[in-house]
Amino acid sequence: MRILLVDDERELITTLSERLAIRGIDADWATSGEEALKMAEVESYDLAVLDIKIPRISGVSLKKKLQEKYPEMKFIFMTGHGSENDFRVGSIEAGPEFYLVKPVDIKTLIERMNEALEAKGGAL
Amino acid sequence: MSGGLYAVSESSLQFFGAMTASISHEINNVLAIINENAGLLEDFTLMADKGVPIDPERLKTLAGKIMTQIRRADKIIKKMNKFAHSVDGPIKRVNLGDLIELVVALSNRFASMRGITLEVKHPPNPVIITTNVFFLENLLWLCLDLAMDVTGPDKKVTLSVETAGIGGVIRFSGLEDAHGRMSNIAGNDGLLGALKGKLDIDLETRDISVTLPSDINN
Repeated sequence: MRILLVDDERELITTLSERLAIRGIDADWATSGEEALKMAEVESYDLAVLDIKIPRISGVSLKKKLQEKYPEMKFIFMTGHGSENDFRVGSIEAGPEFYLVKPVDIKTLIERMNEALEAKGGAL
Repeated sequence: MSGGLYAVSESSLQFFGAMTASISHEINNVLAIINENAGLLEDFTLMADKGVPIDPERLKTLAGKIMTQIRRADKIIKKMNKFAHSVDGPIKRVNLGDLIELVVALSNRFASMRGITLEVKHPPNPVIITTNVFFLENLLWLCLDLAMDVTGPDKKVTLSVETAGIGGVIRFSGLEDAHGRMSNIAGNDGLLGALKGKLDIDLETRDISVTLPSDINN
């Protein structure tokens, strides 16, 4: 299973990637929507974990672009905002169970990743 | 409450809400990074329990990363504190250079989300006026928000301060097409009136300027 993490906070995304690697989960990371789209062109990702608030292309727009090109890809949103509007948008786009508010507990994240991947017949 | 005063109050509340929401998001990001770094430290100790040696250099690096985030949070909180105290005594003397630095610091996250860079140009000598600081911050944010919508291809807005005879001018430069969009700001007559200010748009130089009196009490 190929995982893509997208967050404009490089420090956050690289550390999260390392913690997932310790647990045997390889994940690529990108710090912008543009970078994520380029990476998705050369690698077939099964799941993308997206920050909602990223520069220029929002997480929601990025999800729509990725989903259009790769309809099988699954998504989880992470956000620093806990606003009602963000929750509504995130819930509609990915489902309420796949909308996580930072700081994210790594066990919860892995559980959600497995749930998302189970929907396409896979697991971590 | 009169219509004008109501509009100012509503605008001010929206401004305060937008800024505090943005600051809380910034702090949350810092906490999320500290959370991951602390989690990684915990992972290392769990690995050590299983016999995997801990590299002291990795621990040193992680401690350094956490300290960096604490310094970042300290800066955010100082900025928030300065902003919160804007409403202490509404009318006071203020260095316009310092004020635009604060407005830019408060707005940087909004700019970053739009892929825009904000630049501050200081005057050779400080320009100090007596004004309603919070209302002025509110008006400058509204101007900056508009300026970011109409920025030129280099995606940069420059804020500068100039002396203007009896007061000061704050200029927003680097705009592409502000014409026709000014109604958003012009609708804030209440704020401009409360500040005894004047708003101008120059289509030739493509900038917006706010002219303010040296003392709002006079």
